[in-house]
Amino acid sequence: MTAFWIVAPVVVVAALGLLFARKAVHAALSVAVVMVGLAVLYAAQGAPFLFAVQIIVYTGAIMMLFLFVLMLVGVESRESLTETIRGQRLAATVAGLGFGFVLVTAVGQTTLGPVTGLRSANEDGNVYGLAALMFGPYVVAMQLTAALLVTAVLGAMVLAHREALTPRRSQAEIARDRMAEYAATGRHPGNPPTPGVFARHNAVDTPAPLPDGSPAADSVSPSIVARGQLRDGFDDDIHVVSRQLRREDDEDEPRRGSGAVGRDGEPRRGSGAVGREEDE
Amino acid sequence: MNEYLTLSMILFTIGAVGVLVRRNAIVVFMCVELMLNATNLALVTFSRQHGTLDGQIAAFFVMVVAAAEVVVGLAIIVSIYSTRRTTSVDDASLLKL
Repeated sequence: MTAFWIVAPVVVVAALGLLFARKAVHAALSVAVVMVGLAVLYAAQGAPFLFAVQIIVYTGAIMMLFLFVLMLVGVESRESLTETIRGQRLAATVAGLGFGFVLVTAVGQTTLGPVTGLRSANEDGNVYGLAALMFGPYVVAMQLTAALLVTAVLGAMVLAHREALTPRRSQAEIARDRMAEYAATGRHPGNPPTPGVFARHNAVDTPAPLPDGSPAADSVSPSIVARGQLRDGFDDDIHVVSRQLRREDDEDEPRRGSGAVGRDGEPRRGSGAVGREEDE
Repeated sequence: MNEYLTLSMILFTIGAVGVLVRRNAIVVFMCVELMLNATNLALVTFSRQHGTLDGQIAAFFVMVVAAAEVVVGLAIIVSIYSTRRTTSVDDASLLKL
């Protein structure tokens, strides 16, 4: 009973996390906590085989499958909080509370006979007892679940399979297309320069300058451009950077002390000093 | 005995409310898993009450069926995502009148 009173609150809180977590990954983690807690409860109730199966199948296979699909479809896909049916969330909460109240009071009012316990059933060991049942009276059900598993695997393969509609392009064809595009539009066939090549900073937010000094647009990641964090790396920009660095240095100073500026602090110091000279 | 059943009922209720409230298809699926687990807990508890292992066998079959269900369901979610770029249960509404 001690195990129950330790595990049950954890399980209920984790299950509530499934309801209130904003991100799907957090919900998946709380479900994993629920699964492990239930496994402990199985072990406490004389079901060591189900304890192992619960850990292996649920937390090991099923939750990892959930996390895998979450990563596949994008962790960042937030769910919209607008209600498509008005008042649905409130109605669902009220209905759920009523349902839970009815269930819990019904269970609370039942009086069960004395607990038989599994001592005699587990006499030869839990696994032997389960095997005698599974390959005895339940053998047809066992075979049907085997058929179900094979069907599920086939179904998943059919659902995940996609027919290749276009033939696969070879490397020679890709190269030929690039050269043809170069002849037609003048687009360079090689790799674009990485950010910071021949620029004032070698940071990822500074585009590489072209021979005429204009920034090469495709040398920086599009997500940096979308976030509006692009720096052009020219002379007026360096004042902004050096001011930022000086402010960070002032904030860092009390924390690390003056002598603790390591090797990674060096380039920041240098660029700050350049900015200061230009200010004066 | 009643405590285990009460915990099972609470978990089942939380799962049911989650199915009704959440919009992300994957989270809805996890709520269904939570309901299946709650019934498993009740089955194991009744197995101990009656002193036979039939309840544990039933819980084991539920686990097998849940595994098969998850495989097919997640494959459906992935194929819907690859055509519609969404996992919201509200957006797959072509069959609605």
